[in-house]
Amino acid sequence: MSNEQIKKPIRIQLLIYGFVALWIILAIFPFFWTVWGSFKVELDFFSLADWKNAITGERTIAVYGRPFTGAGYDGAWVQEEFWRAFRNTGIVCFFTVLTSLTIATLGGYALSRSGFRYAFWLLIIALIFRALPPITLVSGYLLPFYEWNIWGVLPTTIIVLVAINQPFTLWMLHSFFQKIPKELDESAKVDGCTQFQAFKNVIIPVMWPGVITAGLFSFLLAYNDFAITAMLLSQDNQTMVPKINSFMGTTQTEGNVMFAVAAVVSAIIPLFILVMFFQRQLVSGLTAGAVKG
Amino acid sequence: MAMILFIALPLTSIVSQSVHTPHDKVLLTVESCDPFGCKTTTTVDQEATRKLKEEKPLGKFVGSKIYLDRGHLAINEVADFWKNKTSLSDFFSNLKNLPFYRAMGFTLTFTFVVTPLVIVFGLVIALAVNAVNQRLKGILVFFSLLPFVVTPLVGSLILFWMIDSRGLIGTFLQFIFENPELSLKASTGLTWITLIVYGVWHAAPFAFIVFYAGLQTVPKETLESAMIDGATRFQQVIHVVVPHLSPLVAFVALMQLMDNFRVFEPIIGFKAEAHATSLSWIIYNDLGGETRLLSSAATSSVLTIIGVSILLLPVLVRTWREFNPSN
Repeated sequence: MSNEQIKKPIRIQLLIYGFVALWIILAIFPFFWTVWGSFKVELDFFSLADWKNAITGERTIAVYGRPFTGAGYDGAWVQEEFWRAFRNTGIVCFFTVLTSLTIATLGGYALSRSGFRYAFWLLIIALIFRALPPITLVSGYLLPFYEWNIWGVLPTTIIVLVAINQPFTLWMLHSFFQKIPKELDESAKVDGCTQFQAFKNVIIPVMWPGVITAGLFSFLLAYNDFAITAMLLSQDNQTMVPKINSFMGTTQTEGNVMFAVAAVVSAIIPLFILVMFFQRQLVSGLTAGAVKG
Repeated sequence: MAMILFIALPLTSIVSQSVHTPHDKVLLTVESCDPFGCKTTTTVDQEATRKLKEEKPLGKFVGSKIYLDRGHLAINEVADFWKNKTSLSDFFSNLKNLPFYRAMGFTLTFTFVVTPLVIVFGLVIALAVNAVNQRLKGILVFFSLLPFVVTPLVGSLILFWMIDSRGLIGTFLQFIFENPELSLKASTGLTWITLIVYGVWHAAPFAFIVFYAGLQTVPKETLESAMIDGATRFQQVIHVVVPHLSPLVAFVALMQLMDNFRVFEPIIGFKAEAHATSLSWIIYNDLGGETRLLSSAATSSVLTIIGVSILLLPVLVRTWREFNPSN
């Protein structure tokens, strides 16, 4: 490879680096810009007078005496109680991931060891659920939930998110467990383990890479979901994404836009951290589907 | 015994799970109409759906906006348009005034424009990144993942603020075209373009990651022999790399078709509903209003599901064949 690189004419090298640089700017500049702007006042973030104001924060200095202000964050988190939405998101994500992983780990393991080829049906179901816009399912959920009086609370949403996510997680872990050789738990059983002990002592120590990947994807689904959480949660129980949307609804008074900007930045930060720590697992999860399917 | 118990227990949980989740889906048509007590509603839906199917061979692009009785209306209107059409384009422009067709039009356009663009763009990024310095790659992958991982609504909001006529890109475009009145939100065409650009921006990293992983497995020998045979760099890419990646292209295309077909959050984020609506958005709109038009939403849902299954059918058939080679 290095050999090949040396041979590359400088023109192509330049072209490649130029393109990569362009893409990176495209990919991250919007985030950078918004984070930067979230510490300004609205007149700077949307500046009519001069676009450079957004960088220097002229208006912000005029109002607060310094180029950065936490007013947007203060408004969003304290005044509009964004922390409540943040907490709700935390609860929903945590329990969605926990539940779907528990079912998928046990189920995926059992299915992969039972011999019959479930892979096809799992794959089909996962595909179908992946393809269906979640919102099409919501209208089916709403009425029974009204009737049973469980609309608007977090557990209901968690169950729905788990249900929608389950086939995909199950399929992912099923194919992961199939890659773990059967001999491993068979030899454990020869040594006198029961099936459950074999699972506990042999499989659990080696299953974490797959479980983490599957967990990441169900976390992302729960975190990013808008359609279901917006429809199934009452105003008090809203998670972050629908909350941001409702900020947008009341956007016209000054300052409120900055609340939304601050809220958006707050919602990005956990994702940023997530990508930072779990980049490898994310990549392997994205490509796993490609290699298998 | 323990083994049977252990396998049986999760199995039953799986079986009940797998019975349960599809269950909700099956119920959807039936249940959503039940508590209205409305056998009438149900029949309206079915009739309309059936009519819609019958109509399909006749008119092009037949679906229907089934707002209860207006569901019929839409069909009549389509028939009217068809009868009274002066030209085909006239027929389509009339059709565009019906919400469902408008949504269908946008959804299909979005799907079939964004998907190829994402594939091409992702491939080019992957090729370029693959060629840069080893040390840079990790960082590049990290930053590239961001637009894909970020919540669609949040991502679209970020771009929405930037293209605002007072935002950075908006101002920049006004400067370029020397038109201070220019606003990307004002016209239908520009809104569509904005949404499509967002779609590509959001999904290109996915294609990039998949292709990038695929590039690592391109056999060096083939590349070398191509080089020896005098293939230029471009020819190498076209004749060696691309064929090697073709299963991945199919995979990305499939995923993108599914994802783009349900385009929804960007429309909310960009506040584009005046100019572009998608099928998902129609359902959301029905459900979200004060009245909660459940049956209307359910009907649109069913239609969307039909759309998805038409889209997916070839893939399902292919997977079926792959898993059952004997058939």
